[in-house]
Amino acid sequence: MRGPDETFPQAAARELGDAQLRANLGNATATIRDKRARVVDELPDWEQLRDAGSAIKAEVMADLDGYLLQFEQALRAAGATVHWARDGAEACAVVAQVARAHNATEVVKVKSLTTDEIELNATLAQQGIHALETDFAELILQLDGDWSSHILVPAIHRNRTEIRDLFKRTIAPEIASDEPAVLAEAARLYLRERFLDAKVGVSGANFGVAETGTLCVVESEGNGRMCTTLPPVLVSIIGIEKLVPTFADLEVFLQLLPRSSTGERMNPYTSLWTGVTDADGPQELHVVLLDNGRTRVLKDEIGRQALHCIRCSACLNVCPVYSRTGGHAYGSVYPGPIGAILTPQLIGIENAPTLPFASSLCGACYDACPVKIDIPRVLLHLREQAVLATGKRSERAAMRALAWVFASAGRLRLAQRLARIAQRPLVRSGVIHRLPPPLSGWTDTRDMRPVAAHGFVEQASAERERPE
Amino acid sequence: MRVGLFATCVADTMFPDAARATAMILERLGHEVVVPREQTCCGQMHMNAGYRSEALPLAERFVATFGEFDAVVSPSSSCVGAIRELYPQLLAIDPPLLQRTMELSEFLVHRLGVEDVGASYPHRVTYHPTCHSLRVTRIGDAPLRLLRNVKGLELVELPDATECCGFGGTFSIKNAGTSSAILADKCSAIESTDADVCTAVDGSCLLQIGGGLSRRGDRVRAVHLAEILAST
Repeated sequence: MRGPDETFPQAAARELGDAQLRANLGNATATIRDKRARVVDELPDWEQLRDAGSAIKAEVMADLDGYLLQFEQALRAAGATVHWARDGAEACAVVAQVARAHNATEVVKVKSLTTDEIELNATLAQQGIHALETDFAELILQLDGDWSSHILVPAIHRNRTEIRDLFKRTIAPEIASDEPAVLAEAARLYLRERFLDAKVGVSGANFGVAETGTLCVVESEGNGRMCTTLPPVLVSIIGIEKLVPTFADLEVFLQLLPRSSTGERMNPYTSLWTGVTDADGPQELHVVLLDNGRTRVLKDEIGRQALHCIRCSACLNVCPVYSRTGGHAYGSVYPGPIGAILTPQLIGIENAPTLPFASSLCGACYDACPVKIDIPRVLLHLREQAVLATGKRSERAAMRALAWVFASAGRLRLAQRLARIAQRPLVRSGVIHRLPPPLSGWTDTRDMRPVAAHGFVEQASAERERPE
Repeated sequence: MRVGLFATCVADTMFPDAARATAMILERLGHEVVVPREQTCCGQMHMNAGYRSEALPLAERFVATFGEFDAVVSPSSSCVGAIRELYPQLLAIDPPLLQRTMELSEFLVHRLGVEDVGASYPHRVTYHPTCHSLRVTRIGDAPLRLLRNVKGLELVELPDATECCGFGGTFSIKNAGTSSAILADKCSAIESTDADVCTAVDGSCLLQIGGGLSRRGDRVRAVHLAEILAST
């Protein structure tokens, strides 16, 4: 899995400068946020559902090896071929091998983050196999050579005028309107024939049921179902953390997921398939169980809750950071708060040390998470690891010095006195307009309140201790 | 009640009037307020920045300094949140003191059942609920209940009130650009209310909001809730 090429502050600076992006994102996240709030508030047992979702996921993580073997057995019994992939390369190799075995030069794809994570499209392209994205938003990005900036709505950073212009250049030269229905029709016409011609479909999976070997994909367009039912061969790649113990457990997640993600009461297209069924759907099913760093995440008792994620994206939409910078600033297929805790764990903290700091710790993500992942707690845990792994010496020295000052009331009073002297030339009409680096980061956009003429504790404790 | 006042390093250093007002309100209600001289910082900044081992002695120091009090009250829900929610993990124990530590407005409304402190403040005021007061200490509408009973005070609703102000401790420096972008929207929301004053229960957020408003040349002032409640 690829990590960020630059630090979060560097990437964010570039993204923040794009006014169109800021406007597109601000509107889109606010709309989804409001929709979600409405449908969540109407459920009296929402908190119990969250508790149930969290408990089921914790149970799966506690006994993952057992559930995986059960899942494999159920899949084989239902006629599927099971492949275990340690990393992305092994998973991609399975898809390529299946495509070649059926002389397929194109595969049709269901929207899948897992396949983005392992860079399946690029790997297949190197071997002469085109992977066609059939999700509307993913298709837009593929046509433009762009990449996803949101878990659920990958083209959230693009508006419909931009999309009309893109379609005019690529799949629909005659298109005139930027009405959503017209744009959707253009994509529909383009995709229908490809569905009918495809020999191999590729999907991820939202859930895998250990008990029955059932795979589940949740989508809004029906294009995903085309991919999982029309081609004679289907390859499904599923992260090993996506299991649930029983079929009945889906009841919990199929309530939590649509309300949290699209703000819908019920998901429009929920596809469930168990192995191969004679004369119905694909007659050859390959299931790839992907690790790609997940067992390493599982080892960390605090960090492993990141594996509970059901990819709903509620944390992105409520995040004050994500809704300003957008997803590209995170440099990973997993952006936003969940990305800030998942990416560094999957690829190693030393490869993404600034991501856990891309949060004001406002806690909105934790409150919105349908499976109660304590994202702020994991962020702090990862910050500690980041400091140990790649912390700057100057910062460590400053933090140690501050801790030393705070370890003594006398030293704190002395530091306050020194600050009063040092700030004298900087204070203008009651505020400080400019501070030296690194504090200039503050004063570039904000005034700073000076240290007060008299500290409270020093004065108050003296007054109170004075004999009456 | 014998109340220990934990000023916090931010209020002690930059908002001493908020800490003084906190003492005044509690004394008016007949409580004995003690300001331990040995208090410094709760260690939240170190914990939040990834310096857990540096934070540990500060947490131990807080417990030693305030252990004897029936209640500890502070003009900061953020520091109280760190004490209540992070100390148990940090110290690997959960001393009863932590649950006796409260931010001023939650202490008044939830512990004492007081919603009218007899204050008078003839200004148009908007209230920014800070993130940690909403989602860590969960004080709910305690500050609003108190504000509604202040004589002469005209309370105006802040649009998108529950949105973060972008402070986030070291985040405000490390990710200054993003922090400022979040703040810009908060300042615009505050300006739209046409209020004279924006108030909150955390000095740190007021540092951010006040700094933004001041740089934009706004006439709106950022004032700590305690100062409003202590005004007569």
